[in-house]
Amino acid sequence: MIIRGDEPDQIRLLRKLYKPGNYFMMGDEAVAYGAIFAGCRFYAGYPITPSSEIAETMARELPKLGGYYVQMEDEIASIAAIIGASWTGLKAMTATSGPGFSLMQENLGYAIMTETPIVIVDVQRSGPSTGQATKGAQGDFFQARWGTHGDHPIVAVSPVSVEDAFWETIRAFNIAEMLRIPVIVLFDGILGHMREQIRIPAPDDIEIAYRKLPRNEEEAKLPFGDPHGDGVPPMPLFGHGYFTHVTGSTHKENGLRDVYTPEVHDRLVRRIHRKIEKNRDVYEKYEEHFTDDAEILVVSWGVTARPSLGAVLKAREEGIKVGLFVPKTVHPFPGERMRQLGKQVRAIIVPEMNLGQMILEVQRFINDDVLLKGVNKIGGVPLTVEEILREIRGVA
Amino acid sequence: MVKQIYSKYPMVKYLRKEALPTALCPGCGGGTVLNAFANAIDQLKIDPRDLVVVSGIGCSAWIASPYFLADTLHTTHGRAIAFATGVKVGLPDKKVVVISGDGDLASIGGNHLIHAARRNIDITVILVNNFIYGMTGGQVAPTTPFGAKTTTTPYRNVEHPLNIAEMVAAGASYVARWTTAHVYQLIESIKKALTVKGFSLVEVISQCPVQYGRRNRMKEPAEMLRWFLKNAIPISKAKNMSPEELEGKFIIGEFVNRERPEFVDELNKLIDEVQESFGLKGE
Ligand SMILES: Cc1ncc(C[n+]2csc(CCOP(=O)(O)OP(=O)(O)O)c2C)c(N)n1
Ligand code: SF4
Repeated sequence: MIIRGDEPDQIRLLRKLYKPGNYFMMGDEAVAYGAIFAGCRFYAGYPITPSSEIAETMARELPKLGGYYVQMEDEIASIAAIIGASWTGLKAMTATSGPGFSLMQENLGYAIMTETPIVIVDVQRSGPSTGQATKGAQGDFFQARWGTHGDHPIVAVSPVSVEDAFWETIRAFNIAEMLRIPVIVLFDGILGHMREQIRIPAPDDIEIAYRKLPRNEEEAKLPFGDPHGDGVPPMPLFGHGYFTHVTGSTHKENGLRDVYTPEVHDRLVRRIHRKIEKNRDVYEKYEEHFTDDAEILVVSWGVTARPSLGAVLKAREEGIKVGLFVPKTVHPFPGERMRQLGKQVRAIIVPEMNLGQMILEVQRFINDDVLLKGVNKIGGVPLTVEEILREIRGVA
Repeated sequence: MVKQIYSKYPMVKYLRKEALPTALCPGCGGGTVLNAFANAIDQLKIDPRDLVVVSGIGCSAWIASPYFLADTLHTTHGRAIAFATGVKVGLPDKKVVVISGDGDLASIGGNHLIHAARRNIDITVILVNNFIYGMTGGQVAPTTPFGAKTTTTPYRNVEHPLNIAEMVAAGASYVARWTTAHVYQLIESIKKALTVKGFSLVEVISQCPVQYGRRNRMKEPAEMLRWFLKNAIPISKAKNMSPEELEGKFIIGEFVNRERPEFVDELNKLIDEVQESFGLKGE
């Protein structure tokens, strides 16, 4: 394992390489540095705009830290390789954009079924298909949720700025490690290519999590058991003589395949769901602005949260009682808080760079008497403060 | 009865007993491959704790995963080599072996196969070529002989088969091809493949009496083995034969055996160089 037990040396390297202080960088670079500070030491990927700078940064920085960059032949291979690396104990990540994310879906399901901690960054771009290759968008909200087949939970986080990308990537790794799951960073091409100032902290000031390892042979024999009752099995790593069997097929607690017994499938898939339901405190995160007295609410995620905040600030100046709710973990959606806010306000506006995706999640948690309105823009151009403000005024 | 056979068979110590008996059909060549692999491991005295076996999806993918008692990763269809790449980078001191079918490794996974060979990553691939998609019910495979009958070529196959060993030979460190009728040579080749540093491929032409043999006038496993023996041509002899003479024959033997810089080695060397040049080596 490259970092656990190896922290003093890793921290020495991080300190030497990246002095704490202010840096001016692209969102994509911030994702890469976040991964590096989170302990990622294996990156496999395939270039695609607008995510390529993540790969380029990792290729440049990882060797300095004793980490590995491998450019695979395609995205299917990339996610496969990081799953393989994760079973050896390496914290591993891949990054891609729309079409590449589509190619990863089968193995994303494999990571879910085998409970493999990995991080997948999707720098969303305009689609469908090759769409506008160089333009940002927010169209993969549901691809992240339902792109792979079968009943499965998913955790996806979504940064709202370049600095936030650094921290959300670290958080994605921590969630992946704590819950032994794949975590998606739903980023976008606009923030990915935007340059902003970010503050890099001292490595000791960052909390990082590690996956649970088996405490003894007994636990190691049940790589898919639940000895601690939290739904998260300790992960016996390859190379330790445990003779672990890992399969994407339905398996028993000991890892052996059983695709015929309904109870085995039921037990496994429900536990995978339960561990997400039960551990909400590990991943749930949202931001609120002026929600205390809000009568109107803007709900916005990712890149669009910024013009949304601008619009809310302007509307407040005009005396409109409007608040902003920003889910930072978009899946599972912070439904409980949404429900409370929905009871408080009379109108909800959901701006997104798509034709209406997260708005469907919002709708699930609010009553019919709340006026619900999307502000949707596609074409690769971000929503403006003015465009959102106009809608707020319209319902004020 | 079953228990008795297990205890009499010396290689059983390498098998995951709770997974037995295997799901392979009686007479399937997969058993021979498992046997040869276990013997190679035994003869080389490789501790199974130093072994990770990765496979894709298909009957042949089951040969070692789950049956071989080692760390085993049973992946998605076609992607075993890509998964194994991550495993090898993480565990450069372990033997990483991929055992899977021709459909898995050469059709859906063909791209990963040639690129792993190009990278020359130190993985041993045992490719079980049974000319067919066994698991899904005997559909045409990229290795199905021209003119053969399968469930999706009910009249005859009009496509030309892929010559896997030749395709991979361009990049790999070691490439050999045998049939399940050449067990001792097969064991020797697996041993060499496991010892060579770099990408190695052992293609095993194997019988699938159930899905292939039955539809091509070889219902009995033994008939298929006789077919292999009759048509196997050693590579030395094949060199002097014309393409017409080689039509429908299986060239067997060692295709490649050479040294080339290995991928994970090179990655680690690169890390060393970079850390050195940035003055990052520990005090
Ligand atoms: C993405 C995907 N496509 C198709 C399948 C169905 N499938 C399962 S095994 C198999 C073919 C296996 O053939 P081969 O690798 O030659 O192995 P054999 O069963 O002949 O040993 C196919 C097509 C699958 N599991 N996944
Ligand atoms: S279908 Fe063919 S390849 Fe599959 S187990 Fe049976 S004989 Fe073997």
